[in-house]
Amino acid sequence: MGKKLLIHNDKVPGIATLEVYRQHGGYASVEKALKTMTPPEVLEEVKKSGLRGRGGAGFPTGMKWSFLARPEGVERYLVCNADESEPGTFKDRYLMEVIPHLLIEGMITSSYALGAKTSYIYIRGEYFYVARILEKALDEAYAAGLLGKNILGSDFSHDCYVQVGGGAYICGEETALLESLEGKRGNPRIKPPFPAIAGVWGCPTVVNNVETIATVCPIIMMGGDEYAKIGIGRSTGTKLISASGHINKPGVYEIELGLPVEEFIYSEEYCGGIINGRKLKAVVAGGSSVPILPAELILKNDKGEPRLMSYESLSEGGFATGTMLGSGGFIVYDETTSIVKNLYTFARFYHHESCGQCSPCREGTGWMEKILHRIVEGHGKPSDIDLLWDIQRKIEGNTICPLGDAAAWPVASAIRHFRAEFEEYINHPEKIKDVKHYYSVHQLAGA
Amino acid sequence: MAQVEIKFNEETLALVHKMIKRYPEGKHKSALLPILHIAQAEFGGWLSPETMDYVASVLNIKPIEVYEVASFYSMYNLKPVGKCLLEVCRTSSCWTRGAEDVVKHLEKKLGIKEGETTKDGMFTIKTVECLGSCGTAPLLQCGASYHENLTLEKVDKLLEDYRAAGKRRSYTDMDYKNTL
Repeated sequence: MGKKLLIHNDKVPGIATLEVYRQHGGYASVEKALKTMTPPEVLEEVKKSGLRGRGGAGFPTGMKWSFLARPEGVERYLVCNADESEPGTFKDRYLMEVIPHLLIEGMITSSYALGAKTSYIYIRGEYFYVARILEKALDEAYAAGLLGKNILGSDFSHDCYVQVGGGAYICGEETALLESLEGKRGNPRIKPPFPAIAGVWGCPTVVNNVETIATVCPIIMMGGDEYAKIGIGRSTGTKLISASGHINKPGVYEIELGLPVEEFIYSEEYCGGIINGRKLKAVVAGGSSVPILPAELILKNDKGEPRLMSYESLSEGGFATGTMLGSGGFIVYDETTSIVKNLYTFARFYHHESCGQCSPCREGTGWMEKILHRIVEGHGKPSDIDLLWDIQRKIEGNTICPLGDAAAWPVASAIRHFRAEFEEYINHPEKIKDVKHYYSVHQLAGA
Repeated sequence: MAQVEIKFNEETLALVHKMIKRYPEGKHKSALLPILHIAQAEFGGWLSPETMDYVASVLNIKPIEVYEVASFYSMYNLKPVGKCLLEVCRTSSCWTRGAEDVVKHLEKKLGIKEGETTKDGMFTIKTVECLGSCGTAPLLQCGASYHENLTLEKVDKLLEDYRAAGKRRSYTDMDYKNTL
C-alpha cells in the first residue's frame, strides 16, 4: 500500500461532517498554525515540502506564494480553483464531495500564511450539488469558530465563500477564473501583471487548485522536510489520480509519486487491468491536453526504463516520446479504440471551449474539428493529415493562454504516434463504415 | 406556457443581497453568475431578454453586461428548454463507455433529435462537454443531479420517473435557499 495523506479517511462514515472529521484529526493544521507558528513559518514549510501545483502546471506552490505582493493597506486574496474541467479529471470533485472540510481546513491554514482575510472557492457550475456540500461544511466551520472573527481565539479572522461558475472550461485558467469571479466573461488576461501582483479586483491574489490547498494540511502537520521525503526526486508527496476509460476499476486513487505506470494500470490496488482482458493501446496520462502515448511508450521510456508516475519520468523524452503528469487525469484506451475518433472528441471539446479572444485558437480549433469530422465520416483527403499538423503548429505558442497549446498537443501527438491509423481512415473509408468505435453500454453491463 | 412575472420575491431578494455582501463594496457585479442561475431557475428555465434586463436592474449594472456573460457560459439557456434538460456528456472517457448509445437511445425513445424539445415540453436533449464524471461514465446531468454509470435500462427508468414527477429541474435544486 502506498502512502495516503489526503483521502485515507474517505470511507469513514460521516467524514463529510465536522464532528467526524475532527474526530479523525481534522483542523489540526489550523490549530497548529494559528497557535504555534507565524505566517512566514507556514510559508517556509510549504516551500520545504517541494509541493507543486496539482491543477496541471506543476509550479512550486511555495514559490507562487512568495511572489504575492504585500502593499500596505491593500487586501490580499486566496482563490481556490475548483473549476475542474479537464477531460479525464474528477479528483477535486471527489475530494470536495467526500471530505469537504479538508479543503476548508486548507483554505484557512493557507490564508493565514498569505495574510488573506477573505478567500473564495470558485467551483464549476455543473458541480452545483458539490457547492451545496461545501456551503454546509462552511456553515459548520463558522458555527465552531473555525471561520469568522478571531479564529480559535487568535488574532486571525477569515471569511471563506463559494462561488459557482456558469459552465466554461476556460475558467480553469487562473486569469479567466478571476475575470469570471468578477462577474465577467471568462477571457484570460494578458500576463504580466500576474495575479500575485494584480489578481481579483486588481488586488494581489494567489490561485491554487483544490488538491494543492488540501495538501497544505498534511504538510503543516508532518513538516515540509518529512513531506519532501515522500515521492521521488522533485516530484514530492502524493497525488490524486483520476483513472477512467477501458479499465476494470475506474476511480480516484491517491498514489505516492514515483509509482510505476505499469503497476498503476495492472495492479488490483489501482486500475485492475484492462476490461475484458484486452490489450492496452494508448494512454492520456494527465488530462486531455497532454500528449497521448502508445502502450510501449507509456509503460517504458525511450531508453527502455520503466515509466513512473512523476512529473519528471512522464515527461522524459520531451514530446517526441514523452508526455506530462498534468492534472493526473489518466484515461486508458484498449486495443479496440479508434484514436482518430477519440481525437475528434477532443478537437470538438477544444473548439467548444475556446473563448474566442485569439484568432489562432478561435479559428484553428474549429478547422481541426471540421477536418477530423470529415475523416471520421469517411470523407478525409490525403492532404488532411499534413493540414492538421500545420494548423496545430500555428496555434501552439501563439495564444494568450495555454488553451491553444492544450488544443494543439493532442492533435500533434495522435498524428506523431498513430499516423498509420489516420491514413487507413482516409485511404479505406469503406472499412470504417461499420466499425463500432466504442463499447456499447450493453457490452459494459456484461463485462 | 403560462407567463411568469419577472420579479424575485422578497425571500429571493434577501438572498441576492446576502450574496452581494460576499464581495467588497462596489464589487457587487461579482454576484452576477450565481444570480443568473437563480433567475434561470425561477423564470421558466431560460434567460429571456426581459429576465436579463431585470437581473441588470437588480445588480444596478448595464443590460449588456448581463447579455455578454449569459451568452458566454454554456449553462445559461438563451432559448426555452424542456422541464428536464438532459445533458449527456460526450467527451473522450464517456465516449469510450457508450455515451453515443445513450444519446441515440434518448433520441429514439423521445422521438426528437439532440438539441430538440419534446412536444409536451417535458424533455430537451443536449450533448455537453466533460462534466468531470469520467470514472462513472457514461452519465447525464439533469438539474443538480448527476446520473452516473448509465445503462439503457437506467435511462428508461429515469425518463419514467421524471415524467411522473412532472416538475422543472434546475441546477439550483436542493433547497438552495436554506443553504446559501
